[in-house]
Amino acid sequence: MSVLVWIEHIEGKPAASSLEVLGQARAIADGLQVPLYALVLGTDTGAETDSVAANVANYAPDAVLTLTSPELATYRLGVYAEALKAAIAAQDATVILTAATTQGRDVCAAAAFDLDAGLAPDVVDLRVEDGQFIAVRAIYSNNILADITFSGPRSFASVRPRAFPMPSPADNAAPITPLAFELPADVVTETVLESRVVGGGEISLTDARIIISGGRGVAHDPVRGFTLVEELAKTLDAAVGASRAAVDAGYVPYKHQVGQTGKTVRPDLYIAAGISGAIQHLAGMSGSKIIVAINQDASAPIFERAHYGIVGDLYEILPALTAAAAKRLG
Amino acid sequence: MKIAVLIKQTPDTAELPKVSAEAVSTHNVQATMVINPWDEFAAEEAIQLAERFNAETVAISLGPAEALDGLKHALAMGVDAATLIDSGADPNAIDLSAAAKILAAAVQAEGDVDLVITGKQSVDGNSSAAQVGIARKLGVPLVTNVVKVVDIADGSATVERLADGIQETVQVALPAVLSVGKEINEPRYPNFMGIRRASRAQIPTRELDELGLGDLAPLTQWANIRKPESRRTQVQMIEGSSPADKAEKLVDALLAEKVI
Repeated sequence: MSVLVWIEHIEGKPAASSLEVLGQARAIADGLQVPLYALVLGTDTGAETDSVAANVANYAPDAVLTLTSPELATYRLGVYAEALKAAIAAQDATVILTAATTQGRDVCAAAAFDLDAGLAPDVVDLRVEDGQFIAVRAIYSNNILADITFSGPRSFASVRPRAFPMPSPADNAAPITPLAFELPADVVTETVLESRVVGGGEISLTDARIIISGGRGVAHDPVRGFTLVEELAKTLDAAVGASRAAVDAGYVPYKHQVGQTGKTVRPDLYIAAGISGAIQHLAGMSGSKIIVAINQDASAPIFERAHYGIVGDLYEILPALTAAAAKRLG
Repeated sequence: MKIAVLIKQTPDTAELPKVSAEAVSTHNVQATMVINPWDEFAAEEAIQLAERFNAETVAISLGPAEALDGLKHALAMGVDAATLIDSGADPNAIDLSAAAKILAAAVQAEGDVDLVITGKQSVDGNSSAAQVGIARKLGVPLVTNVVKVVDIADGSATVERLADGIQETVQVALPAVLSVGKEINEPRYPNFMGIRRASRAQIPTRELDELGLGDLAPLTQWANIRKPESRRTQVQMIEGSSPADKAEKLVDALLAEKVI
C-alpha cells in the first residue's frame, strides 16, 4: 500500500499545483501509515526528467519515481494513463492523487475507470479519519460540499489547484528510483500533429495568487478599462479575469472568464472592477481569501461578498491603485 | 456516419445557490431544470458536423424518467433523435463509475456510433469525468476540451484542443469521444418549428436492465453533504477625499492582510 502523486512539469520545473498536492499527500500517507511516492513522467533523453525529480525530492516524498520513454515526449492521455497505471502496479499504490488541471483530471479519471476504482474529481480537501481516506468534493458549482469515501482497494482523486498551500522544500532529498516502462502494444491513444503554448508568460487564473477582473462596468470604454485592469495586474504580478458579461460583449477572450461557465478560482486576493456580482460569477470566485469590489453602484450585490469595497469610477480608481501599489511595493 | 451527443439535465445556473444540502442528499432538488449549459455546445457541434459530414445525430441522456426537457431542447435545436436511459428508483446507486458503464452501453445500443460528443462538464456534478469514463469503457480514444473540429475523413477525426495553456492539433481514429469547450461554437436558439417538432416527439426510454450491464455497485459513497461555511461578509467600505486617497487606504489594508 502507498500514496502516489503524479507531478506534472513545465519547462523543467514541477507544476506548483502538483507540489501543493504532494504537500498534503505527506499528511495523508502519515495518517494511513504508508509510504508516499512522487511520480515524474518524461522522455528518456533524461535531463528534464532528472532535474524535475531532483527538485521534487526536496518536498518530503519517501522516494521520487521516474518513468521515462520516448512515447512520453508529448502529453497524450492514452499513453500517460498507461504510465500512471504502470507506476500504480509497481508500488501497489492505494491512494492516487493528481492536480486537477485538465491533464491531471483526465489522467486520474482514465486510470481510475480502467482499474474499476472509485474516483473523486476536482476535490477541495483531503483527510484521513479513523484510518479511512476521505476526499471532499465541491458540487453544484461550489454551492454544496460532500465527503467522498471509497470502496475497493484503490482511491483516486484530482485536487483543485490552490486547495492546499505550497509546501516548503526541505534540506534533505528523497532517493530517486527509475521505473521500467513498456507501452502496451494495443494502447488506444491520440496522435498529436502540432502543439504550441498559447498566452506565453501569462499567469494562469487557476494558479494565480492575485486576480484583477473586469466586468460590464468597463462598457463605457472597454479597451481603456481592460488596459487599466492589465496595468494593475502587471504591477501586482496578477492574472486578468473577467465576468461573463465582459466576455460575451467581446472585451476579452473566454479564457479569462471566471464563474460557473468559466473558471473556478481561489486566489489570496480577488479585485472585481465594474462587476455587479451575478451569482454565476460569485460561484467561481467566492473561495478567494480577500475580495475587493470597485463599483459605481453602492447597491451592487458584489459588495455583499466583498471584504473591502470602494464606490467610485473604475477609470479613476484603477490607475490610482496601480500608482499606490507601485509606490508601496517599490 | 452517426454522432451521439450526451445531454444532462441540470438546474438553471441562477438557482444553483438555492439548492439545499438536504435536497441533494435526498435527490429531491426543486429547481427549474434545463439542458446543462455546456451540453448546448455539444449539441450544436453535433448538428453542425451532421451538416458538414452528412451524419445522423442522436441525443442520449441518463436521468429520471420525467427528465425529458434537456433532450427536448436538443431535439428543438435540430438533433435528429433522442433516447432517455431511466436512472431507476435509486439515483444514489449510480456513481461516476456506474454512470460511465451505463452511458457506454447506451452508446453501443445505438448501433454504429462513430463519434460521441459531450460538454466539458456539468454545472451540478462538475466532474468532467463522464467523457473519460465512456471513452475508457468503450476502449476508444478521447480528446477533451476540443475547440475546433478540423476534419473528419478516412476513418479519423482531426481536431484542435485547448487546455492548460497548450493548443494542439490532434488526430484520433474513429470511433472516438470528444468533449467540447465553449470556444467551439455559438449554440443556436431553437426556432418555432424546432420547438414544435420537439414537443411532439416521442422519446423512447430504455431501462437499465435492457442494457445488459454487469456489476454497477458504486465505488464511492457520499456523506456529510453540506453547504460551504459562510464567510465573513461584512464589507469594509473605503472612504476618502479622492481616488488617490481611497487607493492608498486600500493598498494599506491589503498590505496588512498580507495578500500583496
